[in-house]
Amino acid sequence: MDKLMSDLKRQIVEQLNLQHVKPEEIGDDQPLFVEGLGLDSIDALELIVLLQQQYNIKLNNAEDGPKVFQSVRTMAAYIQSQRA
Amino acid sequence: MTENLYITASCSIAGNVVVKDGKKLFENAETNAQLFLVSIYQHFALNYPRFYKMDNLAKLGWLATEILLDASFSKQDYQPEEIGLVFSNRSGSLDTDIKYYETVKTIASPALFVYTLPNIVMGEICIRHHFKGENDFFIFDRFDAGFLQEYMAHLFATGAVRACIGGWIEILDNDYHASVFLIEQKKKENALLFTEENIHHIYQITHG
Repeated sequence: MDKLMSDLKRQIVEQLNLQHVKPEEIGDDQPLFVEGLGLDSIDALELIVLLQQQYNIKLNNAEDGPKVFQSVRTMAAYIQSQRA
Repeated sequence: MTENLYITASCSIAGNVVVKDGKKLFENAETNAQLFLVSIYQHFALNYPRFYKMDNLAKLGWLATEILLDASFSKQDYQPEEIGLVFSNRSGSLDTDIKYYETVKTIASPALFVYTLPNIVMGEICIRHHFKGENDFFIFDRFDAGFLQEYMAHLFATGAVRACIGGWIEILDNDYHASVFLIEQKKKENALLFTEENIHHIYQITHG
């Protein structure tokens, strides 16, 4: 799980062009949107692309988005659940 | 009408050089356009993380406007609706269109898609400075100082704007040229009359 979260942080920084953020600065439970990392709706779409490109996982139910993309930890948990 | 309008500031970015009001402020030898734009951002110690998400056209226009509107511009003298933008270029958003097209072959990039219109650069500038006035983006084969002068003067004459930023923001691959100028109705020190000749002169400073 730690390795997966570490990979995700690096991939988020790369995919979203967050050149002002170091991957290790992103907290495991830090909110990704609004008051946390400050991501926006376009970033949300890029996160969906990231899941598809890097992990071959499609977010089938859009309503799951807010829960899945709450933090790096929730993303990692979702990836693990889809792999299981 | 034109005799009451002044070019109160100008900024050009081209050929690895940044010029503000005729004075060279920055230069380096970076041949990659995107890296050169980032080096400008870093040199001027600008702090706007959203910059990194922009496409190259938006980066170029945003930087030129950021340097144009330094401390000498009194934004508080105007209502947000009174400040307009009139830009032009040759390639539209083709620089990003091509990159987006490449991603479509696999998984289309939403972050690139949102920049596949040239006027998005004006949106980025308006978000940054909270401008809400007239926005126009024209595509021409070449820089047309006469058209910009006439069109912007008309905006002032009809009361659509009380201040307006105009110019040329062009980028395709590593070929880039931004030349923007601020038009106001009050004469400031070193202001130029808003004439076709003076606009053309500003453009020529960084266009040989």
